Parts: sequence; structure tokens; C-alpha cells
Amino acid sequence: MARVLITLPQAARRGEVIEIRTLIQHLMETGYRPDAQGAVVPRDILRRFSCAYDGVEVFAMQLAPAIAANPYIAFCTVATHSGTLAFTWTGDNGFSQTETRTITVT
Amino acid sequence: MSLPSSLPCVTEISRRHAMAAALAVALVRPAGAQPERLAAVILAHTGGAAITPGRVTLDISPLVENGNAVPVTIAVDSPVDETSFVRSIALFNERNPQPDVFIAELGPRAGRAVVSTRIRLATSQKLVALAQLSDGSWWSDEALVVVTLAACVEG
Amino acid sequence: MRILAALVTVLAMAALAQPARRSGFDEMAPALRAMQQDDAANPAMLWVAEGEALWRQPAGPANKACADCHGDARASMRGVAARYPAFDAQGSAPIDLAGRIQHCRTDRQGASPWPRESEALLAITAYVGLQSRGLPVAPPDDPRLNAFVAAGEALYRERRGQLDLSCAQCHDANAGRRLAGSVIPQGHPTGYPIYRLEWQGMGSLQRRLRNCMVGVRSEPFAYGAPEYIALELFLMRRAAGMTVETPAVRP
Repeated sequence: MARVLITLPQAARRGEVIEIRTLIQHLMETGYRPDAQGAVVPRDILRRFSCAYDGVEVFAMQLAPAIAANPYIAFCTVATHSGTLAFTWTGDNGFSQTETRTITVT
Repeated sequence: MSLPSSLPCVTEISRRHAMAAALAVALVRPAGAQPERLAAVILAHTGGAAITPGRVTLDISPLVENGNAVPVTIAVDSPVDETSFVRSIALFNERNPQPDVFIAELGPRAGRAVVSTRIRLATSQKLVALAQLSDGSWWSDEALVVVTLAACVEG
Repeated sequence: MRILAALVTVLAMAALAQPARRSGFDEMAPALRAMQQDDAANPAMLWVAEGEALWRQPAGPANKACADCHGDARASMRGVAARYPAFDAQGSAPIDLAGRIQHCRTDRQGASPWPRESEALLAITAYVGLQSRGLPVAPPDDPRLNAFVAAGEALYRERRGQLDLSCAQCHDANAGRRLAGSVIPQGHPTGYPIYRLEWQGMGSLQRRLRNCMVGVRSEPFAYGAPEYIALELFLMRRAAGMTVETPAVRP
């Protein structure tokens, strides 16, 4: 389980645009870096990030090795109703992690 | 990418790393093909559609202290609602081992068409940001970034 | 009149010879400064979150967590990092914050040790260091430290390595100028442990000092060496009054 930091408002007004900022601890090994012996370290990166608002995907991002280590992804979404936001990261070597946060919309 | 030999902080081990890295990179892509490669990946992404410069703002520092983590924000000047919205925002580079950086998928619920992240830049180069709107049109912005190297690094 | 003019000139020269102290933060581009100042974007906060969890995690045969003795870190650890390194009576020598935490873990908790530069030790040191953020660096006024401060200053001014350079030659005489495209900072350890973009991860002041030593092609001291503690002691005196920034971001 990689450490994750998600920053978003706990409450919002209906129709308000909210900003969501995410950080996840991951080396994002590019597959181009040589180790101390000169052998290339194989690629091991996160490939995709998505945010689903009560099951509906509202944002997604395909990641290449050019995304920096400990990826930071910030985006916006409309606070439509109270519910659960699910943040999912998937990647090489079967990596998959989902974190959920609830939001109260009045 | 090879480190300039005039750098006082390059140790024997670093030089070996640099040579190995240069070899690995040279095996991956031929030198001098970068502008064509960037044009090719943009063509593949848009399917050959016309691209208009504008409406996209690629916000990145023109001078970067370290290419390992460069903050970048791309915003699109477009309404975001059920009828008119931004479908995608993509970022491509000219001189990394791979031309792709990210492709963000937005939609009518995005609120504001803006995405921020941090990227890796192997060397000084051009970056191109592309956005597709719901009406199918393509818009772009580009930036030239100078990447410097930290002086005192791990041995 | 001539004596007065000479006196004024001498005083003015002395004032000019002392440049204002600048943190490495001041040398960074706006985008990196923004990264450090935004807790939602600063990658070091991932380690701080880990450290907060470790603070509450029971360990050792008595199953005690840091919190069991020290309570809420926001209260008990406030100002602590700002006054380290401090004199350790047990060892009759100064000890840095990471070393103090290591001792607590093995001697007080009886738990397995956290080696230097381990993720756990960096995380807990960053968490404890965060509790001094915004406070001034306050080196302790302890006469038992004086000999060690002097040793640290001697190391700072000593030429070393194949390039035969001392810390002072870059970080005093040439601070603000550029080396290989990067600005040479004054070298104040106000933000450690830091997230260094070059490392793509967290590291201690000792790791950064090792990078400098390798930079001048000198054999770096081993982690935990008393030389690093003496240097840190001197550097914190040199930075007295500057604002603690832990956990900082640096290129």
C-alpha cells in the first residue's frame, strides 16, 4: 500500500467547482536508468489514475515514465451531490490502489 | 544524454553512469530525430486533424533547476458544461527517451479544464500541449524549457 | 575629522562584508517555492504522514509508541528540532535529532533500530522537524558544545578532496554565484530532512553533506560520523535566527 495524500474540501455547495490535489508515494522507475553495475533497471511506473464520483468517472490520466516520482495530480470537478469519490492508481507489476473520500454537498 | 566533462562534480562513478545512460538512450532512439518524432506522435494523437494554436496555456518555468520534477499546469480556455466541454489535454516532449508525458481525459463534469502535475525533462527542449474540445477541434500551446543540472550530486 | 571618516569607512566595510543570510528557499524558482509551501503538493508531506503514523505505532517488548511517553507531538515536540544538535550527557558529545530518535527507539522502547537514512527514520524525523516549522533556529547556549562547534567550524574551513575546496570557499565566498547553471546557496540547514529533486526522495543533512564531499572528490564520512554532527552544530549556529522550513524541497 503506497502512502497517499488527497486534499479536497469536505463540503461544497451544489454546482461549485472544487479542486482536488493528490500525491502518491511511488518511485516511477522509468526503465531508462542504469544501476550501479550499468544494467538498466526495468520500468515500474503508475500507468493510469482515475477519479470516479459515485461510480461515474469524472477525470482520468494516462501516465508515461516522464511523470515525476511521487506523482502529483491536481484537477477539478463539479460538486454535484453528496457522495463518495474513489481515486484509483494502476500500474506495472499489477499495482492497483483505490482510496475513497466522501463529500457533503448542500 | 551525457554530462559535460567540464563539470567539476562529475566523479568516476558518475561518468560511468552517464556513459551507460547515454548508451541506453542511444539504443532506444536515433540522435537528431526528435522534431520528426514529436510531429509523428502529435499526428498519431490527433489523427491528422487541424490544430489551432491558442486557448491552451502551458504554464511551466522557462528555466528549471532540476529536470527530475518540473511543475507544469495546463489550462484550456473553454466552457465546461453538458453541451460544450474539453475532452482531453495531452502533453508531449521533444527530447526525452519517449515523446509522451500524459494524456488527461476530462468531460462535462470537470468544472474547469485545468490539470497540474510534475514531469521529468531529460534535457532542455520543446514541449507541446494539445487539447481537444467536445466539438472535435484541436488547440495547442508550446513552451521551450532550459534544464540545468544540480552541481553536487550523489557519487 | 579624518579619524572619524576612517572609522565610518571601516564600519561601513564591516557591514558590507556581512551579506544578508539567504535560505536555499530564496534561490529557488517560484514554482519550486510554491511546491514547498503547499502541504497538499509538497512530496515530503508523504513522509510526514508516515512519520505521524509511526509516532502512534507501538513498538518494542512493552508495546509503547512515541505518543505514550511524548503525547501529542504538536505540543511536546514544538521547538525541539530548532535546538538540535544538543549535548547528550550519556555520550558526552553532541547528538543530532535523528540520533536522539534512534536512541529513544532502542534504549527506551527496546525496539529494533532504525538505521540512518532508512525510510522510517527519515519519516519520523520529518514529522518531529515539522513541529518546529516557522520557529527560529535556536542553537542551545551550552558551553559543553563549544569545543564541538569549533571542530565543526574547522571542518567547514578545511580544504579537502581532489578539488581541494573547503565548504567556505563555495558557500561563503561564492554564495549567490553559479556553478554549472545552479546558484550556490549559502548552505543553511533550515529545512532538513528535505525532499531533494535530485534524489527523487527524502534525505538527511548528512546525505546532502556527502553529496558535497563527493562533489569535491573527497571520501565522504560514514553516516552517523561525529564530523557530521560537529558540522551540523556549526551550521545551525551560523543559521541562528533563520526560520525552520522542515520539510523543505530543494533541487
